[in-house]
Amino acid sequence: MSEKRRYTNTLDLRKGKVEMVHGSGGKAMAQLIDELFLSAFSNPWLEQMNDQACFDLPAGKVVMATDSHVISPLFFPGGDIGSLSVHGTVNDVAMSGAVPKYLSAGFILEEGYPLADLARIVQSMAAAAEEAGVAIVTGDTKVVERGKGDGCFITTTGVGVVPVGVSMGSDQVRVGDKILVSGSLGDHGVAIMSLRENLTFETTIESDSQALHDLVAAMVEVVPDIHCLRDPTRGGLSATLNEIAQHAQVGMQIHETEIPVKPQVKAACEFLGLDPLFVANEGKLVAFCPPDKAEQLLAAMRAHPKGHDAAIIGDVMEDELQFVQMKTAFGGNRMVDWINGEQLPRIC
Amino acid sequence: MCLAIPVRVEEILGAETAIADIGGVRKEINIALISDLAVGDYVIMHVGYALNKIDPEEAERTLALFAELDELGQKESIEASQ
Amino acid sequence: MKYVDEYRDGQLAQEIAAKICAEAQPEREYNFMEFCGGHTHAIFRYGIPDLLPANVKMIHGPGCPVCVLPIPRLDAAIELAVTHEVILCSYGDMLRVPGSRKRSLLKAKAEGADVRMVYSCMDALRIAQENPDKEVVFFAIGFETTTPPTALVINQAKHLGLKNFSVYCNHVLTPAAISNILESPEVRELGILPLDGFIGPAHVSTVIGSQPYHYFADEYQKPVVIAGFEPLDVLQAILMLVRQINQGRAEVENEFARAVTYEGNPKAKQVVADTFELRRSFEWRGLGVVPYSALKIKQAFAEFDAEQRFTVDYLSTRENKACECGAILRGVKSPRDCSLFGDPCTPENPLGSCMVSSEGACAAYYSYGRFQERTFASDKSHPAA
Repeated sequence: MSEKRRYTNTLDLRKGKVEMVHGSGGKAMAQLIDELFLSAFSNPWLEQMNDQACFDLPAGKVVMATDSHVISPLFFPGGDIGSLSVHGTVNDVAMSGAVPKYLSAGFILEEGYPLADLARIVQSMAAAAEEAGVAIVTGDTKVVERGKGDGCFITTTGVGVVPVGVSMGSDQVRVGDKILVSGSLGDHGVAIMSLRENLTFETTIESDSQALHDLVAAMVEVVPDIHCLRDPTRGGLSATLNEIAQHAQVGMQIHETEIPVKPQVKAACEFLGLDPLFVANEGKLVAFCPPDKAEQLLAAMRAHPKGHDAAIIGDVMEDELQFVQMKTAFGGNRMVDWINGEQLPRIC
Repeated sequence: MCLAIPVRVEEILGAETAIADIGGVRKEINIALISDLAVGDYVIMHVGYALNKIDPEEAERTLALFAELDELGQKESIEASQ
Repeated sequence: MKYVDEYRDGQLAQEIAAKICAEAQPEREYNFMEFCGGHTHAIFRYGIPDLLPANVKMIHGPGCPVCVLPIPRLDAAIELAVTHEVILCSYGDMLRVPGSRKRSLLKAKAEGADVRMVYSCMDALRIAQENPDKEVVFFAIGFETTTPPTALVINQAKHLGLKNFSVYCNHVLTPAAISNILESPEVRELGILPLDGFIGPAHVSTVIGSQPYHYFADEYQKPVVIAGFEPLDVLQAILMLVRQINQGRAEVENEFARAVTYEGNPKAKQVVADTFELRRSFEWRGLGVVPYSALKIKQAFAEFDAEQRFTVDYLSTRENKACECGAILRGVKSPRDCSLFGDPCTPENPLGSCMVSSEGACAAYYSYGRFQERTFASDKSHPAA
């Protein structure tokens, strides 16, 4: 283990603030990395304190994914920007069927941001990384002037390896495939919205932010030829289904009665005029599976704690116009359109 | 227009405000436009304001109307429409 | 959710639809207008046209306050934010609506204007209290459902003695719009718009009561059924209208009896009458100038009237020549009759008022019903064609 550097005073994690000097590459920055990041993320690669991390990977196709996280507020019921960033990238890697192994983390901090909050974020990232079985092996820190950031932005990049025999992607989706979701939709978006200014309501809904690597592993073990996995983040289920429909040039038919939505999420969406299909999720996945394996896959998902509310929600169909349609609980048929921007609460 | 939703009055805080429950979500609402409100009443809420009380008897009556079944007549009408 | 879920029961829907199919006389057509944008939205969201027989058609009315707000008034709101540098508080619905020169409140915000979305007008009041050194303007829109909250907030501002709060009032009235449609040449003389009856608005009626609609039933001999917002309410109302037509009646019936009474909400009507007065005329996008159809703030509350506090210029604008919104809002044409529909006019790039709000006829149809196009192309006898 490398020698610990000695600093005149330890970082004041209670009352200290991020200062420009923390991003300038000098001793202050080294101290920030040492006492904050290194002590939380500790692993052999990071402790090398190099500008890069060097590691071996098991045999198989290498997968890489990256995300930038700008969520506001930084802390929300069920998580924070730290855990969210780890979960997000772990999930992106896992959606290819790969086992996530290493993460990098780049921070852009705003001058004046409380070190106590930064410490919370970092601890949260460390815990999330440990649970996900990944190591944060390299990173970067920059500081921008007060007013030019939103407290903290994080960019994470993840690397993983796809086990031999597994090959997933939207180009694998076929007419006749069954569409499954791993659990209730809309939790994350509603949890965040409950904190937004001018939209105050009390709810015990928490963000569903979680790493799905282990659920994916359990699924792949039982059904190695799953055609496609994707996590319905921003834009909700609707964006994911429409993206895949367009790319695979197919249509889809889903059933409203099969889609799991928690009662509180449904209620919040009702009075805000939102549709749960368009609300973000951070701990769920959508799976496209050959029809003869669907029941098997569903059973495997439900057996796993992160998939206990899983459901088969629909089918992939032939459709040259690539529409995603939904049979409503009411018995009629409607489109699930691909909306342009974010849904806004409405009064009409 | 006018996205409004039935909510249950959980707590009356004063002449003007109350806490409402909407399917498990709690929200403070303005009740200045309602007279004789009691905990347990349902009101229609629009943009955070209660606009009217829901009459539980009328609600039941409407549901009964939907399900209005003259069994023989129903069977005939279904057959006729096929 | 109580009083919601029971009114969405799919089984009951099939039964009511079966009754409609059985009772609609095959030799005639039934054309009903649902006035309210929320009903238009519900009709498409629940796939109600699928359940109706071919000879019962829904015509979509102008009850969408976002759709009928004329561009110059939206431009004025944008000006207040940009030039007068107020904190402009608006309901979410208006934020993306394009005004002239492709500007919108959201775009103005992106360029530095202080535009804030609020769920309720009381939030705008709170923002005014929290920012005593800035002017705060609340962009008020809506029919009679949304007007009483605005009235309350103005009264509260006066009570609190706020010096930095005002309301830019664009509230409009339902009966005036219904009159305008019934008086239009297409309905009255030309017979182009065969209008057999109305589905009356749900929540507007909780405030104004069922009383105002009797005039239309009597004068124009058209039945009106006030319906709740849930899909079973809408289906039941359609059944009730079919029955009235079959029996030669033209009455006001109240399907939404659980929330609507004959006189409505007297407290709400009173506070509105105390705070607002009628404008002699108001231009509605699509309908043109309609007399006594909109409200302005009374002189007693002049200091809370943004139009008196700030000088706003109204520049007239011209709509796209190919845009059929006017005809669509009056129910004379349907979205697919417009050459701009779908390309280039879409919810992402709305060229006219019917596409800007999610409950505008074109937007609702585009988002929920567009997949039926391939059926129309091959089958002209399809109910919604």
